[in-house]
Amino acid sequence: MIKFFLMVNKQGQTRLSRYYEHVEIHKRTMLEAEVIKNCLSRSREQCSFIEYKDFKLVYRQYAALFIVVGISETENEMAVYELIHNFVEVLDRYFSRVSELDIMFNLDRVHIILDEMVLNGCIVETNKNRILAPLFVLDKMAES
Amino acid sequence: MPAVSKGDGMRGLAVFISDIRNCKSKEAEIKRINKELANIRSKFKGDKALDGYSKKKYVCKLLFIFLLGHDIDFGHMEAVNLLSSNRYTEKQIGYLFISVLVNSNSELIRLINNAIKNDLASRNPTFMGLALHCIANVGSREMAEAFAGEIPKILVAGDTMDSVKQSAALCLLRLYRTSPDFVPMGDWTSRVVHLLNDQHLGVVTAATSLITTLAQKNPEEFKTSVSLAVSRLSRIVTSASTDLQDYTYYFVPAPWLSVKLLRLLQCYPPPEDAAVRGRLTECLETILNKAQEPPKSKKVQHSNAKNAVLFEAISLIIHHDSEPNLLVRACNQLGQFLQHRETNLRYLALESMCTLASSEFSHEAVKTHIETVINALKTERDVSVRQRAVDLLYAMCDRSNAQQIVAEMLNYLETADYSIREEIVLKVAILAEKYAVDYTWYVDTILNLIRIAGDYVSEEVWYRVIQIVINRDDVQGYAAKTVFEALQAPACHENLVKVGGYILGEFGNLIAGDPRSSPLIQFNLLHSKFHLCSVPTRALLLSTYIKFVNLFPEIKTTIQDVLRSDSQLKNADVELQQRAVEYLRLSTIASTDILATVLEEMPPFPERESSILAKLKKKKGPGTVTDLEEIKKERNSDVNGGTESTPVNASTVSTPSPSADLLGLGAAPLTSSAPPPSTTGSLLVDVFSDSASVVAPLAPGSEDNFARFVCKNNGVLFENQLLQIGLKSEFRQNLGRMFIFYGNKTSTQFLNFTPTLICSDELQSSLNLQTKPVDPTVDGGAQVQQVVNIECISDFMEAPILNIQFRYGGTFQNISVKLPITLNKFFQPTEMASQDFFQRWKQLSNPQQEMQNIFKAKHPMDTEITKAKIIGFGSALLEEVDPNPANFVGAGIIHTKTTQIGCLLRLEPNLQAQMYRLTLRTSKETVSQRLCELLSEQF
Repeated sequence: MIKFFLMVNKQGQTRLSRYYEHVEIHKRTMLEAEVIKNCLSRSREQCSFIEYKDFKLVYRQYAALFIVVGISETENEMAVYELIHNFVEVLDRYFSRVSELDIMFNLDRVHIILDEMVLNGCIVETNKNRILAPLFVLDKMAES
Repeated sequence: MPAVSKGDGMRGLAVFISDIRNCKSKEAEIKRINKELANIRSKFKGDKALDGYSKKKYVCKLLFIFLLGHDIDFGHMEAVNLLSSNRYTEKQIGYLFISVLVNSNSELIRLINNAIKNDLASRNPTFMGLALHCIANVGSREMAEAFAGEIPKILVAGDTMDSVKQSAALCLLRLYRTSPDFVPMGDWTSRVVHLLNDQHLGVVTAATSLITTLAQKNPEEFKTSVSLAVSRLSRIVTSASTDLQDYTYYFVPAPWLSVKLLRLLQCYPPPEDAAVRGRLTECLETILNKAQEPPKSKKVQHSNAKNAVLFEAISLIIHHDSEPNLLVRACNQLGQFLQHRETNLRYLALESMCTLASSEFSHEAVKTHIETVINALKTERDVSVRQRAVDLLYAMCDRSNAQQIVAEMLNYLETADYSIREEIVLKVAILAEKYAVDYTWYVDTILNLIRIAGDYVSEEVWYRVIQIVINRDDVQGYAAKTVFEALQAPACHENLVKVGGYILGEFGNLIAGDPRSSPLIQFNLLHSKFHLCSVPTRALLLSTYIKFVNLFPEIKTTIQDVLRSDSQLKNADVELQQRAVEYLRLSTIASTDILATVLEEMPPFPERESSILAKLKKKKGPGTVTDLEEIKKERNSDVNGGTESTPVNASTVSTPSPSADLLGLGAAPLTSSAPPPSTTGSLLVDVFSDSASVVAPLAPGSEDNFARFVCKNNGVLFENQLLQIGLKSEFRQNLGRMFIFYGNKTSTQFLNFTPTLICSDELQSSLNLQTKPVDPTVDGGAQVQQVVNIECISDFMEAPILNIQFRYGGTFQNISVKLPITLNKFFQPTEMASQDFFQRWKQLSNPQQEMQNIFKAKHPMDTEITKAKIIGFGSALLEEVDPNPANFVGAGIIHTKTTQIGCLLRLEPNLQAQMYRLTLRTSKETVSQRLCELLSEQF
């Protein structure tokens, strides 16, 4: 099961956080700081999976932005690793060449995308067209 | 400022986010956020009704502020109002706010439930989707109660839209997890299983997660899912990559769904039905074949997705553990990955191979990769990969390769990362014992362990070597000779002195014939280490000396002289003094015969499971190690029959209770004059013994009481109707002493009264606590006292737990409280002038050295009280140092056995905002962090 999904930049600023298990807000800040510290201290040759407390972190770096997913033992690391990429590709399609700024200024939309892909810690949809469908409906309404 | 907001750009939001980005400091950011919060609050409270657009904008701002780590304590009502809007955009943002910010025990759940109810009944699929998402993400018990009946119907109804079905499946999963009692199995269960056949792969993806969880809990009811999952998997695996259209990811058909189906199949044993079984084998073979085919794309995404499926297929093959052919193929495939250039694959391959090693069909195949794995240990740049390599070597070890593997692990230990040393030590110790044919090899290995990584050799390990030497007389002479030689080294680890002291005390006579290791030389050698050792080791050595008196009457006077010296007889440590006095007396008054009886060789230890193994299991968590061991044991007996009975036994030989026997040494026969052996033993470990029965959770209020003791040393720690616990403590440098007073408030006796100090493994290595058991009976109205001697070895985060168990009347009482031994107790105040202070302050400007916390005042902000608290915290309060007289600064040094850490602190009150900012700068990150945590709770 996916426990949390984070986007954090190299400066340690959280750009998106979604928790699938309740975590107190002050613990979140600590967790996020520790998680990013863990990722930053690693080189490219190191593997993308980190054992952290009683779960695993799977992370990928895109430019200055890290996407880090906390998973339980039973989750398939490689599948989650590619899930991250699929998510980024969806963002890329929606924002056409997504950047950190897009994510900051459109937090609500990024949340919608993520919610379409992961629900209650489980992968629910992987098909890009279907992931984006509700968002396109929303945008059409906004325009009219 | 680029206006990058998409769609209905909310300008106010964009401006706010840009402002935050432009903030130069954390203070500026907080100021800006507070301004914005005030603004939003006034907008929400204002008389003017807000339009949907504004509400949405403000909710977005709140979301952003929350993301920055600030708790949001308002706006929930507005979000709930948005739920009942008829506009999709507004409703959506309302749900978003709630699913991110509202936790499952919020008071608003009832209002939210109402909105959800309306949306579920609306028959509008978009609205239904939003409502279901919300339940799936928040999922409280109230929600389960309200919707558990409704959702299965939505899920299996024929006319439900696909996307709604997907949400409903995961929604039901959430409710089942939080409140299974509200989700009874029923007619819907069989129809849910048939969702695996749904033509829409999105629905299958969602349903598979639900079915997996349900099947884990109710395997019988969901048995039919096996054949359905196999046929679904088979259709995916054999499909042409164009068939599944959008569910194909870089030419890999539905990788995530395949992984989930393979995972579902791992809830069950291999299918009984031959046809289903054949079809599954075919699928697994196809997946393995595909790994060998040339890739359809050069993109890394293609191979990653393909490998995700492959690794899950291998997991299933290992889980079934029934098809030798598949197991060996899986092993070969993983063997290829071991040399792959992608670190991720090497890591995963090592991990899976570890489980493969425990299967009897593939154990031999795994062993063929030993050279590659050893090489990984030497060349991998990533510690987590090396750790996996160690695990795998441990798993693939058997009699044929034990010597090689142990040698390689010892080799690696010299350079291994500190974080994994202890585990490697345990593993080497277990393997050396388990596969020792020649026990001289075992003795050498353990002594090597102590030499290379003495600090990581735990008690269990060195106890164990002594047990084995005592139980096997063929190795005793060799052991004595080897420890004697090892002790010649000018600097040897204290653990070696312990083992050496014990073994020479028992078997020194076996090598005394050689003039190079005559009795006197043995004694002088040991005694040359005496003064460098800690109290427990010295106590052990004193026992060795009295045994020498028995073994070698010719050096009796030399030993008596040593025992008689002031440094022994008047030693400040009670335990050492007592031993010296009693041993001296024993050596003078007892006849040779009596001495020989009293100090007879230790009897063999009873056979029990190795305590090292128990320790490793504890370290790795239950499951992992146990299974492996059990399976291996079975294999040993199955495959090798009775021929190897001795070595197999050796692995189960004997463990005495960890403390008493070994360290009680000479004390046992002296019961009349000395404290009973268990007491002597407790000098070392009884307080930490994990045999303690179930420990109660912390008593309510324990945390608060604990916090009150951070800045003071005396007072009442705990009180209920029966018992009062008072504390009085004093600390100096890295040492301390705590008096714990247990008062029986009733008029009835407490029986079996046992207070136990519990430290986690981590804490044990940084904090040394010694105490003696108290009288097990506490009379009505009486008070008993317990003294705890405290030594701070290195800085620490947690606090020990004091667990008290006793019987009162007919009832068993079990109480746990946190014992306030905190890092700041080892503070020595340091006075310094303003200039010095700021110079040092600047020297400690590295971000890791600083810890800052900004927090709301919990108590009235009174200058005098604050001063008293800082002094009570242990640091010096430096007056006229900070240019701003309202601020407080302090300085001090934390003393630990290993190092001293200079600490500076600065507390800046802000009366207007009723806030404080606390900054700690010390030369050690963990110290800054812990002190900041502790002190922040005080104001």
